[in-house]
Amino acid sequence: MKHPLYYKTKKITLSILTHLFLLIVVASCLFPLLWMIGSSLKTQQTIFSDMSLIPKEMHWENYYHAWKQGGFSRYFLNSIFYTVSVVTGIVLVSSLAAYAFSRFNFVGRNLIFYTFMAAMMIPIPGSFVPLYVLLNKLHLRNTQLGYILCMINVGLSTSIFLLKTFFDKMPKELEDAARIDGCSKLGIWWHVALPLAKPVLAVVVVFNALNVWNEYVLALIIFDNRNLMPLQVALTTFQGEFITQYPLLMAGLTITALPIILVYFLMQKYIVKGVTQGAVVG
Amino acid sequence: MRAKSTLENYLFILPALIIFSIFYIYPFYKVFQLGLYDWDGISPTKVFVGLGNFKEIIFEDKIWWKSMLNASYITLVALTFQNALAFCLALACDRQIRMRNFYRTIFFIPPVLSEVVVGLVWQWILDGNYGILNNFFVKIGLPHLARNWLSDPKTALNCVAFVHSWKGFGWGFLIFLAGLQTIPRELYEAAKVDGAGAWQVFKRITFPLMIPVMVLVAILTVLGTMQAFVLIIAMTGGGPAYHTEVPVLRILASMRGSSRFGYACAQGISFGVILVIVSFIQYRLSRKAREIY
Amino acid sequence: MLNIKYQKYILSFIFCFLFFGCSSKKEFAKPTITVWHWMTDRKDAFQELSRRYEEKTGVKVNFELYAPSDAYTQKVRAAAQGNTLPDIFGILGEMRDFASFIKAGYVEDLTPYMEENQAEWKERFFKKALEVNEFGPDNAYGVKPGIYGVPIDIMTIQMLYNKRLFKELGLNPENPPQDFSEFLNIGKRIREKGLQGLVSGWAELWMIDCLANNFAFNIMGKDKVIKTIKGEIPYTDPDWIKVLTLFKEIKEAGLLYDGIVTMVNKTAEQIFANERAVFAFNGSWCVNVYRGMNPNLDYAVMLPPKVSEKFPRSIWGGAGSSFMVNANSKLKKEVIRFLKWLTDKEQQIFLSEATFNLPANKESLTQIHPRLAEFADDIEITTHPRIWGVSEFPRVIEAFDKGIQAIIIGEKTPEEVAREIQEIKEKELAKKRSQKE
Repeated sequence: MKHPLYYKTKKITLSILTHLFLLIVVASCLFPLLWMIGSSLKTQQTIFSDMSLIPKEMHWENYYHAWKQGGFSRYFLNSIFYTVSVVTGIVLVSSLAAYAFSRFNFVGRNLIFYTFMAAMMIPIPGSFVPLYVLLNKLHLRNTQLGYILCMINVGLSTSIFLLKTFFDKMPKELEDAARIDGCSKLGIWWHVALPLAKPVLAVVVVFNALNVWNEYVLALIIFDNRNLMPLQVALTTFQGEFITQYPLLMAGLTITALPIILVYFLMQKYIVKGVTQGAVVG
Repeated sequence: MRAKSTLENYLFILPALIIFSIFYIYPFYKVFQLGLYDWDGISPTKVFVGLGNFKEIIFEDKIWWKSMLNASYITLVALTFQNALAFCLALACDRQIRMRNFYRTIFFIPPVLSEVVVGLVWQWILDGNYGILNNFFVKIGLPHLARNWLSDPKTALNCVAFVHSWKGFGWGFLIFLAGLQTIPRELYEAAKVDGAGAWQVFKRITFPLMIPVMVLVAILTVLGTMQAFVLIIAMTGGGPAYHTEVPVLRILASMRGSSRFGYACAQGISFGVILVIVSFIQYRLSRKAREIY
Repeated sequence: MLNIKYQKYILSFIFCFLFFGCSSKKEFAKPTITVWHWMTDRKDAFQELSRRYEEKTGVKVNFELYAPSDAYTQKVRAAAQGNTLPDIFGILGEMRDFASFIKAGYVEDLTPYMEENQAEWKERFFKKALEVNEFGPDNAYGVKPGIYGVPIDIMTIQMLYNKRLFKELGLNPENPPQDFSEFLNIGKRIREKGLQGLVSGWAELWMIDCLANNFAFNIMGKDKVIKTIKGEIPYTDPDWIKVLTLFKEIKEAGLLYDGIVTMVNKTAEQIFANERAVFAFNGSWCVNVYRGMNPNLDYAVMLPPKVSEKFPRSIWGGAGSSFMVNANSKLKKEVIRFLKWLTDKEQQIFLSEATFNLPANKESLTQIHPRLAEFADDIEITTHPRIWGVSEFPRVIEAFDKGIQAIIIGEKTPEEVAREIQEIKEKELAKKRSQKE
């Protein structure tokens, strides 16, 4: 047997090395964030001449101007509405489908599943033209419903893929027990499968929330009414064809990033706690 | 009873199927149709060229294949470097180490950051004159390593690949972490009781159980990286010359710059077909890997 | 089957959609002119003008901004396919796209309105500003000759130099280099002082194209350039190789900012504004940009250096932004009245002062910023691909500009690039011929 001190030293060295590595990565992640916040407090004249992370003079009023000029009050609400609707829609629709793909046997299952997968892979760059014409015919263009449905479709395939992989991995025993207790399929999906899938549902929520939150090209194309547009459109106000108002842009970007970081923060605990709570043994 | 049950099964996928058919299948069909025409995206008349566009893409468009090659290279870097990083970090944060909540939060910052910020910051780091990296090399006495990182054809693609991986590893990290969390702790404890070392535990429990998640991440990485372009526009605009050109930029160039809408549609479809084939191979290989373990 | 509880849940979810989905606005009773624009920097100025116009005439003008311009272009094209174009819109892009819009019947021919009342409207504008919206007789696009757009402002693209850095280099800041060899000689001084030379957004290909065309006009004249585009003269012609070689010489003289080939123009502007480069190649919009970033920047405008005595120098310029009228608009008369008002002297002065752009109306060029005046001075020698009557194939333009990038990074020689361009040109010509048959 080696001396106990050997194990202790080894453990501590390993721990220090691990932390050192993690901290280097942390530094690289924090730097752009701090730069963005620092820049949001500078002026158009100092932003690229004063390269320090902490500006000499703090221009907090940039946040006020960004909020006012960008019309954030309205767009913020719009974006929250779109994000909540789309993410709820995607979670419901895709988890239903993914559960069926994972658990049930029916004719055409694999064919349909692989079609969804193929859809995830084939980008259709020109699709905005047929989509526009279609939405116009359905009287969904320039409506919130039209936008929400389009965005649900955008996140659908990837979410189904993510969820199915995890459903496949999950033990079936609890579901069998619920079935014996007389639970309907829908009941099992809601009461058993979804709670168990919390970690991956959290990933799906974060993934899609970020997607919807950052989208603006489709919104610009299908909305004529500016009052219906999402938050990212406000940011384009600061990036003119010729003049970019960098400090206001950075302030706007900081404001926009916060809710997403918050969503991630809230979802994180599900990603981590998921199974320890479920207490399932495979 | 059985009929009812089958109907119930279809009810589960019905909402997804309806949305998908209207908002994906239909536009896809239309785009495929457009791919068979020579059309500028504006005029009411379209010239039918059959598979002419596809033929041109496959046999004549050298730049298209160069862009595919570049994207494949970036993808290769992302698959290895980005995913290895993500996996190591997820492993570290899965264990009971101190400050893991802090780490977990910070690692997700790059995916959240706007491409505008990422582009500006990395341009500043990699700038040939006032860049942080070059300054660093000069300070530590290695001035010959300083260069124009983004406009030197030898380093441009590597820089783009690196920054892309840096921006994307948070996703892999997140999914790996979710995957690691679904491994029952009891398995680890049982292995410890059996006297297995850390490496043994990793090899016998963690790794085999994580294979499906790795496949998932690998496929998502391939898709995410092959289709990346916003960051590339922000960093190099596809240059110098064609050194960081990627397929999506080519598609956009055909659509906007040259007003060849039909050709752009055909490019999109061929690109997608290639991705489907690659992903299918990946999926198949992963099944083999699962059988081995 | 479906549990009642979930049924309710799903129903309320759908209801939610429908409820929020039906809240789109209804039409106004009064005539409202809708304008789709992409000019972020002019949003507030347009808003103010719209207010004034409504006060004066009671007609509401609704300026809707869709930026960035890439997304705007896509929106306009999608709207054309859906027949939902607004009364007034802009067409960004090349003359070929403009021609397609006209041939598809989306754009109103404005010639009759321009010509009425002794061509009062037409006469207001700089000739160069109208030209970019004009299709001449026998144009190569097959468009009925006429004027199809109203210019809002004009611009020119020229070279700029930093006067303070000029002094530091021991040069006379009032006397910029006139010919090319003088220009090249400055490279040596710049390198000795450890400064950086010319900065420009050459990752955006059209800016390379612009300077190369300036040189080409100077070396071989307009006619030969157009003959090349028509396919009568190859790009392997010594004159074209000379144009390409100029970029090699500029690079070798140490006159280019390191990393210029992967730089977007906004970055280039930021560098010149912060006095990190001696020269810049930029358009007249930059006056406003520099003013915002560094009000103390001391610079002046110069023409790109003269390469040859054979032909006059020429720069790109003309109309900066233009508005088109929807041919299917129900408010055509109102729309024309409004556009006439918008291009009146007074409104043009207001727009120009509020946004630091050069007005399209000749008479409004009264009190403008001295740097802007320097840009405006050379409007008479401007040219633009849009007025040449023929368009080069996009692929050839791309090969040309990317080829110059390759020359700058030392990857290819001018001769190699010329051969490659010509190869693509011949392919495109062959394709065009086979299509005609």
